[in-house]
Amino acid sequence: MTSEPQPSTSASSAHPLVSLKKVNKHYGPLHVLKDIDLEVARGEVVVVIGPSGSGKSTLCRAINRLETIDDGEIKVDGKVLPAEGKALARLRADVGMVFQSFNLFAHKSILENVTLGPVKVKGMKGGEAKELAMSLLKRVGVANQADKLPAQLSGGQQQRVAIARALAMKPKVMLFDEPTSALDPEMINEVLDAMVALAKEGMTMIVVTHEMGFARKAADRVVFMADGQIVEQATPEEFFTNPKSERAKDFLGKILAH
Amino acid sequence: MDNFLTLFETYNVPAAFWVNIQLTFWAAVWSLVLGTLLALMRISPIPSLQWLGAAYVNIFRNTPLTIIIAFGVLGLFGQLQVSLTDDFNLNFFRLAILGLTIYHAAFVCEAIRSGVNTVPLGQAEAARAIGLSFLPAARLIILPQAFRGAIAPLGNVLIALIKNSTVAAAGSVAAEASSLMKTMIEFRGDLVIPIFFTFAIGFVILVIPVGLLTTWASRRLAVAR
Ligand SMILES: Nc1ncnc2c1ncn2[C@@H]1O[C@H](COP(=O)(O)OP(=O)(O)OP(=O)(O)O)[C@@H](O)[C@H]1O
Ligand SMILES: [Mg+2]
Repeated sequence: MTSEPQPSTSASSAHPLVSLKKVNKHYGPLHVLKDIDLEVARGEVVVVIGPSGSGKSTLCRAINRLETIDDGEIKVDGKVLPAEGKALARLRADVGMVFQSFNLFAHKSILENVTLGPVKVKGMKGGEAKELAMSLLKRVGVANQADKLPAQLSGGQQQRVAIARALAMKPKVMLFDEPTSALDPEMINEVLDAMVALAKEGMTMIVVTHEMGFARKAADRVVFMADGQIVEQATPEEFFTNPKSERAKDFLGKILAH
Repeated sequence: MDNFLTLFETYNVPAAFWVNIQLTFWAAVWSLVLGTLLALMRISPIPSLQWLGAAYVNIFRNTPLTIIIAFGVLGLFGQLQVSLTDDFNLNFFRLAILGLTIYHAAFVCEAIRSGVNTVPLGQAEAARAIGLSFLPAARLIILPQAFRGAIAPLGNVLIALIKNSTVAAAGSVAAEASSLMKTMIEFRGDLVIPIFFTFAIGFVILVIPVGLLTTWASRRLAVAR
């Protein structure tokens, strides 16, 4: 899967789907994002990797404005992120997000978790939303759990439901913040498989993960972050076999040692 | 003993308790509405609303209920001629409900906020991430879970409200239980102790089921995580 422009006539494919320009973010005195420049093309899969505290989550959360930024510019499909309000809510629906801790709505059934967005945000009819939800749940392999509550599912199943919930909004880009790091080892692959399938279908994805298998299989590009900066970017093959920066070499040495 | 029982023929004790039950019912309904609005203000992203909610809670939670209710009669009605109905006694009854509501809404707000604290932050973030703005996210995701986490503290507010309904006496609601108790004691000083016990037991009988019910419901309806 490469990022060559699709033979589409739509003008929107000319610009990158997600673009960050000189984005800065502080938490008090802590400078967590430093002049971040990043462009993600339509259909591209970018894996973000880096040591703990390097700002990966903050970057993800800034892209759908769960965190505000101090300065710089973030555009999704050519549109600058609006401030709080209806316009922002609408734009957020274009950006699907999958969290480390799943965050399924605890008081709603699996089916309701997936239909809620389409019905309440997009005004879709109940029946239509249910059909969409069931097809998405089937796609991630949890259709038989539709009537259960989230707490009755395993972590791997919950995370796949979370993916279906995000997909139900028909997002233009999907953000994943360490989607497998809260999972028991035997459940990691079922979630990664669903993500690889999504990547193969051409979904634009930004994935924070340390799963190198996923990066090699599905990513077009690896972005390495350290101390709030993008230190290095390369294809997965290039990055994992031949990292350029000392920070990346050091980091890979540590995670490969296991 | 016969003496004591004839008291119940002269004075209608159940009717007096019925007044307290009505005061409690209406004040509970209205303070739940007002308290929910206040809680929404306090968790909203708008600083001026947050401030207003906090100011309300801090003022009315820290003012004695007797003063609030007396103000209803002496200030609102006596001085400012505020009248909620033409019926004289009904007006005092409604002013008492207003005072009880204003006071207990502050506690309801805080009980709901403690319920909100049982809802993990990730729930709100997930709601925002699928494109829900503050009010729909609060209505569909946060408050339903918060209420279920707030049943026990809300039950405590209701228990306090049942007992505090006697303060309506300070608002000239003469038909309520504690006023009747005073009247009965004035006329039958020899029976003061059994009269006290009668009313104390009456309130205990009203309050105990509320405590049992809310404990049961808070377990039964707890959100599984
Ligand atoms: N709400 C917050 N308030 C203050 N500091 C924060 C907050 N969120 C994150 N930080 C700090 O910002 C820095 C970057 O955090 P971030 O979560 O983006 O890192 P990360 O790369 O995702 O790390 P990890 O691999 O541990 O998830 C860290 O030093 C963190 O302690
Ligand atoms: Mg993180």
